[in-house]
This record gives sequence, C-alpha cells and structure tokens, in this order.
Amino acid sequence: MAGLQTVGSALPTLGLVAVAVLLSLYERLDLEKDIGVALIRSFVQLAAVGYVIDYIFGLDTLGVVALLLAGMVLFAAWTSARRAGDVRNAFLIAAFAVGVAAVATLGLLLALRIVPATARYLIPLGGMVIGNSMNAASLTMTRIRDDVAEQELKVEAALALGATSRQAVSPILKTALQRALIPLIDATKTTGIIFLPGAMVGMIIAGADPLEAVRLQIVVLYMLLGSVSIAAILVGTLSYRSFFTPHHQLRTTQNKT
Amino acid sequence: MAPLKIEISGLGYAVGGTEILKSVDAGIPDGGITAVVGPSGAGKSTLLRAINRLVEPTSGEVYLDGEPTVGLDPLELRRRVGMVFQVPALFGGSVEEAILYGARLAGKDADPRRLLEMVGLSASLAERDPRALSVGQQQRVSIARALALGPEALLLDEPTSALDEAARRRIEELVTDLNARLGLTMVFVSHDLSQVRRVADKVVLIAEGSCEGEWSGEDFFSAAGERARRYIAGRL
Repeated sequence: MAGLQTVGSALPTLGLVAVAVLLSLYERLDLEKDIGVALIRSFVQLAAVGYVIDYIFGLDTLGVVALLLAGMVLFAAWTSARRAGDVRNAFLIAAFAVGVAAVATLGLLLALRIVPATARYLIPLGGMVIGNSMNAASLTMTRIRDDVAEQELKVEAALALGATSRQAVSPILKTALQRALIPLIDATKTTGIIFLPGAMVGMIIAGADPLEAVRLQIVVLYMLLGSVSIAAILVGTLSYRSFFTPHHQLRTTQNKT
Repeated sequence: MAPLKIEISGLGYAVGGTEILKSVDAGIPDGGITAVVGPSGAGKSTLLRAINRLVEPTSGEVYLDGEPTVGLDPLELRRRVGMVFQVPALFGGSVEEAILYGARLAGKDADPRRLLEMVGLSASLAERDPRALSVGQQQRVSIARALALGPEALLLDEPTSALDEAARRRIEELVTDLNARLGLTMVFVSHDLSQVRRVADKVVLIAEGSCEGEWSGEDFFSAAGERARRYIAGRL
C-alpha cells in the first residue's frame, strides 16, 4: 500500500502534538482528551477522505461530487448543532445556512467559470466553504445562546419597553456576528503579510507557479469571506428566534416563579 | 393618559405541570398604588409579567378598562403598561439614550431632560454614561425610561430590593409622588411590609400561586389584616 505509506510518513509530526498534550497536562487545561480525539479522528478521516477523493477523481461524475458535498453539509450541521445544544432546530438551521453558503459560493464560481466543474476543484473548495461556514455557524449559535442567558435582564427590559424579539436581541446578534466573522476578516486583511494561507503554501510546495497559486488563493479567500458571512448571518437571524415565543417573550422567563 | 383599571380574572399559569399561578382573581383600581405581597416564590413576579404578557397566561384573563389583553398586540400592551425591574438594566451609551430607548422604537417624542427632572435627577445627567451613576440613580433612570412611553399603568417588580435603606426610601417617595402627580395606576411588588405600609392604597396577598385576599391599605394594617401580616412575617 504505497498510498498508506505516503499518509503514514506524516506521523512523525505527532511529536509536536505531544508537546501540546504535555503543556495541557502541565497547565491542567484538560485539553488532552479533546486533543487525543481530534488527533485520531483527523488522521482516520483525512486518510479515508483521501481514498474517497482519489476514487471520485477516478469517476469524475458531478452527481457523485454533489452527493459528497451534500453529505459534508449534513455532517457539518450535525457537528455545529451538537455545539449549540440549547438552540431549537440547531441542526436544521445549520444545515440550511451551510447549505445555502455552499451552493451560493460554489454556484457563483461555476457560473462565472472561475473554476472548472470537476471533482478536483469542487471537492476541496466545497470542503473549505463547508468547514469554515460550520465554524461560523457554531460560533454564532453558541455566542447568541450564552449572551441571551447572560443578558437576560437587559433583553427582558427591552421587551417590557415594547421592543420586538429582534430589536431586543439586536446588540447580542451584532456581537455574535462580529465575533464569528472577525477572525476571517482579519486573516483576509493580513494575508500575504502575516501568514501565507494553507492552500497557497501547499501549491507552492507541490511545485505550482506562485502566481497561479496566488490566483487560486484570492478565489479561495473571497469565496470563504462570502460563504462564511452568508452562513453566520443566516444562522444569526434564524437561531435567535429559538429563545423567544411568537409573542415577543423570553422563553427562559416562562419557567420562573 | 387616563389611568387604567386592571382586572385579573381566573388567571392561571402553569409550566411543565407545575402551577405557578392558580386561578388568581384580583382588582387593581385605577390611579392608586396596589401592593402585591407574599413570600418569595409565591408567584408575585409571574403575576406582574402575566399582566404585560412577558409571560403568557395559560388560563384566565387580564382586562384593561374591561378590554382583555389577549386581544392586544403584546408590544402595544407593554407600551401602555410600563414595567420597572429589580435591577435597572439600562442600555445605550448615555442616560438620554437609555431613557429614549422605548420611545424611539415606538416613534414617540419624549424629552429626556424633563423626564430626568420628573424622577428627581438633574437634567445635566443626560449626557452621562449610565454605568457611572449610582444604582439608586440608575433605578430612577429606569423609571424615567418607562415614563417616556407615556404609560397608563406602571408595574414595579421589587424596585428597591437592590438598594440600600436611604435609596430605598427615596425611590418609595418618588413612586408615591409620581402616583399623586400623574395619577398613574401602579402595581408594586414587595415583600417588605413596612414599605407596603408607606406606599400602598391597596394590598393583594399572593401565596403559593393563589390570591389569598385583598384589602385596602388601611384595613391590611388594622386588625382585619393581622392574620395575613403574620403569615407573611412567618414565611420570610
């Protein structure tokens, strides 16, 4: 299995993770279990997806590509929904937001013929869109949930002054969206100066023309900025409703004496 | 605005099989201060929130001058029946913004400086950051913010419980003074009987989710209300 050997040769980098685990143990951060799970899952998942992508590249049927992307959206939504426990319909909200983000951005890239409609482009780009949108969805939902709980008094005071649920939650929504989008906006601003993005690094290491690598990187950055914004805004405007009744009442208030 | 008469009829509120309010009947006369008293956890705050529909009653009705609140838009209802909470929870970068929050949403004109003076604060505080004020001053601002909507009634949910004795007395004086000047119907939740004696024209006793009696302020503090007073004192 030459393929497995290729993947396996990445294993010595585990030494670096060992440092992270030791640090976590030393500082009692309780991260070692999470790191361990992340480690094993990422290895198994990446190895598996490598084979799957290799197989699909062989087929190169767009139907299979679409199916794979749909599967990725559902898995992303499931992951995001688990993070945002108390948000009602978190899975449906995340699936809708991530799905719309993926379809809109990939669709635009295809419609404008910026990338060709082949598995080689659609699967990695789709993966980036879906993964980043998933992160934004999780951040937005958990932030809204935590802030509504923490600022319950202010939200209820706003409702008592005749604000709609949306008006009462608007400062929270704004903060949540900023928090979800700022990392990517800042990464986009500083790209090329502070750090060279992963995809570009990969292409240059693999021997591609640096200018071609830059072109693709610009496509990736804009695509990510667009899709993550779409996903975060959709998640924000859909998920805050789960904390209110249709009569502009806080659900948490309903359970108090 | 003319003061509102509020009637509570068979009002029930249950959540997850627990009855928090059990068919409460009570009358809140227009223009006076009605104290809602009772041990903590009795359902006083829920009763208050059922009046302006911050909680949705599961049975019964609340009538404003004979009109059932279920038929009203909850936002409109809350503009007519203002509320002041235990904790001021002001928002906005300035006192003026904090006062105008609800009025702006409703598209109503309000004069923040006049409202500040109405609640006994200097108009010069309008530009200040509300967080820089004392809690007592913040509570006055929260009363001003409720008055900015020109309500017909005001619900006060233990508005002095976060304050020290001196600030508590000053808020009580403000409430009775506003009641006399504006003729607003007021509902004042309290578990402090000496406070109730100072502010209330009428007393409604809530115990374990039920209304256990209604008295005029005078009767409640005479022999007629002795059992109720003992009950509350024993349960605090």
